[in-house]
Amino acid sequence: MSDTTHHIVPYRTYALILLLLLVLTGASVAVTQIELTRWATVVALLIASTKSGIVLAIFMHLKFDQPVYRVMTISVVLLLIVVIVFTFFDYGFR
Amino acid sequence: MSSNTTDNTGYKSYLEEDGGRKGIFKWILSTDHKRIGLLYLYAMMGWFCIGVVLGLLMKLELIAPGKTLMEAQAYNATFTVHGVIMIFLIVIPGLPAVFGNFMLPIQIGAKDVAFPRLNLFSWYIYILGGILVIISLFGNGPPDTGWTFYAPYSFKTGTNMLPAALGAFVLGFSSILTGLNFIVTIHRMRAPGMTWFKMPLFTWTLYGTAWIQLLATPIIGITLLMVAGERILGIGFFDPAKGGDPLLYQHLFWIYSHPAVYIMILPAMGVISEIIPTFAKKTIFGYKAIVLSTLAIAFVGYFVWGHHMYTSGMSGTALWAFSLLTFIVAIPSAIKVFNWISTMHKGSISTEVPFLWAASFIFIFMIGGLTGLVLGSLATNVHVHDTAFVVAHFHFIVFGGVGFAFFGAIHYWFPKMFGRKYDPSWARTGWITFFIGFVTLYGPMFYLGVKGMPRRYYDYLDEFHGPNIISTMGALIMVTGFLIILVNLIKSARHGEKTTEMNPWGGTNLEWQVPTPPPLENFDEIPVIDKAPYKYD
Repeated sequence: MSDTTHHIVPYRTYALILLLLLVLTGASVAVTQIELTRWATVVALLIASTKSGIVLAIFMHLKFDQPVYRVMTISVVLLLIVVIVFTFFDYGFR
Repeated sequence: MSSNTTDNTGYKSYLEEDGGRKGIFKWILSTDHKRIGLLYLYAMMGWFCIGVVLGLLMKLELIAPGKTLMEAQAYNATFTVHGVIMIFLIVIPGLPAVFGNFMLPIQIGAKDVAFPRLNLFSWYIYILGGILVIISLFGNGPPDTGWTFYAPYSFKTGTNMLPAALGAFVLGFSSILTGLNFIVTIHRMRAPGMTWFKMPLFTWTLYGTAWIQLLATPIIGITLLMVAGERILGIGFFDPAKGGDPLLYQHLFWIYSHPAVYIMILPAMGVISEIIPTFAKKTIFGYKAIVLSTLAIAFVGYFVWGHHMYTSGMSGTALWAFSLLTFIVAIPSAIKVFNWISTMHKGSISTEVPFLWAASFIFIFMIGGLTGLVLGSLATNVHVHDTAFVVAHFHFIVFGGVGFAFFGAIHYWFPKMFGRKYDPSWARTGWITFFIGFVTLYGPMFYLGVKGMPRRYYDYLDEFHGPNIISTMGALIMVTGFLIILVNLIKSARHGEKTTEMNPWGGTNLEWQVPTPPPLENFDEIPVIDKAPYKYD
């Protein structure tokens, strides 16, 4: 119920993160050229998750904010994972 | 209404503070949470009347076998539009948008919600969604898919399915933004001393609901976009001919729409948890158990969606897993019922109108809940799946739950919201008429379902005629009750006896400690909370 101080991230960090995101975008395109068969989706999801994690941590300031927000975010991700797992109670056992 | 606190005069209420605007603009440009709550109320009243008329037309059609009022296609459109309006425009936004907006900031000792402009924006989005639903009625004919928009029919039908689905998509944004607003408000704007376990229970249920609104609603948004992709681009997500899976649609739809049932019912439980201690004049039994069961329902409610799909062809593993989870979610719901009854036990009960609605809510909700177990159980579900039994169960839970709580809430908070009294004798007459009509309307549908009458057909076998006549009579009685309630409330809001009593019912929460009607920013000074809620010494 009280205001927190704002962490100021230097522009240099933002620029580096932008560069990293662009590299990862390039990687997700490049990886489609490799025959990964059933692992293609896993690799694509891993790259996308890494990108989202970076955006959440740096651009959305989760890294610098109160722990409660990290807990909220992680809980949501866990919820999504459980929902997907439960969906595969159907797809995995047909 | 007996008074136990002082009157309050010599201030300007939110109804008198117009922000220098005139006419309708003092409403549609106001960011005051109370006016926004009433904007939702008025919009929903209009929608509800349309939904009731459509429902009544369906029951009149079913008064006899064969065509009575309309052809099969018109019947399909009627139940679809009835469902879309009632679900997406009334029961999902219902209690949070109207009473959450009005009462939440007051209950936690805040001057407004965290984002007042976003709050008004949410209402505009709500209206836009409603307009899209209206648009779907014209052109190629109203949608005929049912409110569930099941694939593959939803991307093959020639009717106006897209505007209706787009309407539901847009309404989802309103829901998400309201949820976000409430979460931030509750986290950041509670009065000093109002710890989590000193929050009123209605606020707690709004908190649980807000998380569901925030996390589950995007899934329906994406799903409806996927259907649009199927219709416009023929992508093939749900089309077996292109390697897609129609069951994927059902999974995605119910991953949202089952938690949506808890968006509907949790705030209703919150309202009942407010009304019962006030009229039993007794501290609520098991406050923490109610809070924890609220959170448990909100959490477990995410994982039971598969019980809508028992006959769809899911794997056996999914069947028993979802059935087990469904039985688990019944536990926290039952905990609440035991708490309410225990609160009433040895209480000094006064049977005012809000209490009548709350008590009848428990009765109706119990029937809805127990018949839900029939549907949650695998073997019995197969027998009654897609029959009138499901319609009866659904209406006992959603209409009996949300509807009864909504009417209870408006009779409970009416004096505070409008600064006027309603006629209690007409309110009682409306309640008993509505209650009798409700049970007569939906009760026979359990029997019809068990006997095998399918839902969503405009025709039926002769053997189902008798119970259908009773059901239609019930619909007419219930609509009469609704009209009595509506006329009484509208008349009272405009011409009822004025009141400035702060606490007509003897409630303990903060909304009963602000003037009636409340001033623009609720409190001159933010209160300091030093005791737990619902304390009757």
